[in-house]
Amino acid sequence: MSRSAALVDPDWVEQHLDDDAVVLVEVDEDTTAYDKAHIRGAVKLDWKQDLQDPVRRDFVNKAQFEHLLSSRGIGNDHTVVLYGGNNNWFAAYAYWYFKLYGHEQVKLVDGGRKKWELESRELTDQATERPAASYTAQEPDTSIRAFRDEVVTAIGSLNLVDVRSPDEYAGRLLAPAHLPQESAQRGGHIPTAASVPWSKAANEDGTFRSDDELQRLYSDAGVDFGKDTIAYCRIGERSAHTWFVLHELLEQANVKNYDGSWTEYGSLVGVPVAVGDEPGAA
Amino acid sequence: MCGATAGGPSLDGVDLKQQAVIQGVVTRAGEPVGGAYVRLLDRTGEFTAEVPTSATGQFRFFAAEGDWTVRALAPQAVPADRVVVARTGGVAEVDLVLDAI
Repeated sequence: MSRSAALVDPDWVEQHLDDDAVVLVEVDEDTTAYDKAHIRGAVKLDWKQDLQDPVRRDFVNKAQFEHLLSSRGIGNDHTVVLYGGNNNWFAAYAYWYFKLYGHEQVKLVDGGRKKWELESRELTDQATERPAASYTAQEPDTSIRAFRDEVVTAIGSLNLVDVRSPDEYAGRLLAPAHLPQESAQRGGHIPTAASVPWSKAANEDGTFRSDDELQRLYSDAGVDFGKDTIAYCRIGERSAHTWFVLHELLEQANVKNYDGSWTEYGSLVGVPVAVGDEPGAA
Repeated sequence: MCGATAGGPSLDGVDLKQQAVIQGVVTRAGEPVGGAYVRLLDRTGEFTAEVPTSATGQFRFFAAEGDWTVRALAPQAVPADRVVVARTGGVAEVDLVLDAI
């Protein structure tokens, strides 16, 4: 992938609003945002209701994903163009998810919903009707998804990138500050993890920084581009944003998103935890 | 959950003694601004969180003790910044006034 293959800008979206080969998909945690207003023709995905198993903590399986996309009128040949709130966190998460299940043509709208709104572009509350399609997913590609045991093994050998805010990394906050502070997990980070907040990869309007700036950002933080990388955050959506940067924009080969992230790692018994602003020793 | 509800998180069921709340209203020419984006920056200026304002211009964060900056972004407006000090068990009120570009 590359920037031109993975990203489109709002002008491109406006030029393709009536393109039958393109399906716009809005992904939010707060689905009332879509219900109040969305880009014309966009369908909605709720990252939690639609993409998570309702009982255990895991993704929907291949058959459930096929059913979901079919019911939204998305076929294998469609170019799926994702955007959403929270600076595209959940849209990036969905992008990663579409890649995990092998969708060929998927793109992210640079800046997401925020840039669209700040530029006063048109939104509608009209429901989108799409005829059902027949979608066939691939087996999940676990080369881009990390599980807890490989994260523990990676301490001191692979790049670990903690993309939460500096206060969450240090253990002073347990969740982003737009949420109540939870106390189920210990505060801190995985020892040796570099702190590169996802927000440093984005401009204030939600667009991604240039490739040169991004390359420098991770190099300066101690990320060795010759090694494999695992990114994590609290529940895996901000680290999907960083996975997108490293894997899709900077074209790094072996990058995984650890979607268990801090809510899993910070609750494990017996694993090492580092507290404070320094990465800590293996 | 890790998304931003317009206006910020509800106080329902939250033990405020454990929280360091920062909240306020975004206005322009005396009128509340809904759908603005309010960013919470830490003492080094690094981004920590962001919420869109509610229809009545309100926003809320659950922060930690210390110094913070809140910044409002909206269409056709100059971003507005205010510094605020949060205390656990307290509610720091900070209002942001936007000027047209």
